[in-house]
Amino acid sequence: MIPPRFEYHAPKTVGEAVALLGQLGSDAKLLAGGHSLLPMMKLRFAQPEHLIDINRIPELKGIREDGNTVVIGAMTVENDLITSPILQAKVPLLCEAAKLIADPQVRNRGTIGGDIAHGDPGNDHPALSIVIDASFVLEGPNGRRTVAADGFFLGTYMTLLEENEVMCEIRVPAFAAGTGYAYEKLKRKTGDWATAGCAVVIRKSGDQVSHVRVALTNVAPAAVRVEAAEAALLGKPFNAANVQAAVEAAIAACDPAEDLRGDIEYKTAMAGEMVKRALNKAWSRCA
Amino acid sequence: MSKKLVTVSVNGKKEEKAVEPRTLLIHFLREELNLTGAHIGCETSHCGACTVDIDGQSVKSCTHLAVQCDGSEVLTVEGLANKGVLHAVQEGFYKEHGLQCGFCTPGMLMRAYRFLQENPNPSEDEIRHGMAGNLCRCTGYQNIVKAVQYAAKKLQEPVAA
Repeated sequence: MIPPRFEYHAPKTVGEAVALLGQLGSDAKLLAGGHSLLPMMKLRFAQPEHLIDINRIPELKGIREDGNTVVIGAMTVENDLITSPILQAKVPLLCEAAKLIADPQVRNRGTIGGDIAHGDPGNDHPALSIVIDASFVLEGPNGRRTVAADGFFLGTYMTLLEENEVMCEIRVPAFAAGTGYAYEKLKRKTGDWATAGCAVVIRKSGDQVSHVRVALTNVAPAAVRVEAAEAALLGKPFNAANVQAAVEAAIAACDPAEDLRGDIEYKTAMAGEMVKRALNKAWSRCA
Repeated sequence: MSKKLVTVSVNGKKEEKAVEPRTLLIHFLREELNLTGAHIGCETSHCGACTVDIDGQSVKSCTHLAVQCDGSEVLTVEGLANKGVLHAVQEGFYKEHGLQCGFCTPGMLMRAYRFLQENPNPSEDEIRHGMAGNLCRCTGYQNIVKAVQYAAKKLQEPVAA
C-alpha cells in the first residue's frame, strides 16, 4: 500500500510550521512519528494534499525541568520517555506506561505529542496526561496558549487543538514525594491498543486518600477522567468498599465501542478490573 | 507533485535519488536500490519484516518516508555480513534454526543486531520484549530467542588474535 500523493514540507522551526499551516489550510496535516497517520493514508482514511514533517524541528524534542515542572517536547519519542532520568525521578508513571505502548521499533518513532494530538481513544497518553495534571502548550498564528489535559479530549479524533496550531510542549508538575501511580492496560498482544486501560495517581495522608486522579483508556469516544470514582475515595480511608465504589463509578462512565477486542459488556467489566488493579497498585506505592 | 532529492547512505554507500514524497523507505530500498532483503509484510507497522536500522535505531521502513531519510545512514540486512563472513546474529539464526520459511528473518536479524547493541547481555525475558516488534508465524519464537542468545554470547567473546 502506497499513500496518496502529497507535497512534502520540512520546516526547521515551529514558526515556519505554523506559517505553513496558515498558508495551506485544511489540506495540510502535520507529520509527527507517522505511525498513525501513514497507515491511515495508505488506507485512504486520510488524504492530505500537504504533509508538514515536524521531525526536523529541534526545539520540539527533549525533556527538561523548569522549576518544579517537567517540560516534554511534543516530538519526544516514546523510547526517550522510558530512558529519561528526569522522568524516572519526577514522573515515573510516564516511563512505566510508555513501555506498554506499541513495540520497540514503533517507540523509536512514535511521539508523545502525536499520541495526544491524534485524538484516538485507543492512545495511552490522553488518560496518562489527565492523571498527571499535564497541560499542553499550543502555538498558532496568534502565539502560544496553554490548555489543561483535563477537558482537551472532546471525542474520537477531536481535541481542542486547532487546525492551525502545533503542539509544542507537554508540561507536567513533578510528583510530590510519596505519590503512588499505576497504569494498568489489558491488551491482547504486544503492540495492540488497550481492550481497557486505567491510569491512577494517588497520595495519602495517614490512612486517608488526600489526592486522587482516575482516567480510562479506550472505553469511550475519548479518554475520560472519572471524577465520581475520585470522589468515592478522596478524604476517605483506602479500603475495599471504597475501591469498589470507585470501580462502580468508573464502570458507569464507560461507553465503549464493540470491536474485535470485545463486546460492550466485556470491555466495561475489564475497565472495572483495570481500575481496581491500578488503584491497589498505586496505593501500595504511596508513602 | 514535485519530487524531492534524497541523499542517503545505505550500507555505507552514498545514494542520491529524486523520489516522490509518498515513496516509503521500504519501496525505495527494494525498487530504487534493488535491496530486496527487507520484506513487505503487514504494511501497517505491526509485523516488523521491514525493519532496518536508521542512524542507529531500529525502524519499520514500511512506515517511514524515503524523504525523511535525507542525510541519514541506513543499514539493511544486505549490509550485515562482512566480506562473506556472516554476522553473529546471522550465524545464530543459522545454527539455532531461528527460521523456517524465512520471511520474517531479515527484520528479525536487523532488530537482533540493534537490540544486542542496546543490551549486550540480555535475559530471555529482555530478548522477548526487545524482539516484540517482530512477528514470526513459523517457529514459535523459541529458536529465535536461542539464536539471539547465541549471538549475544558470540559477540562477547574476545576477538581471536
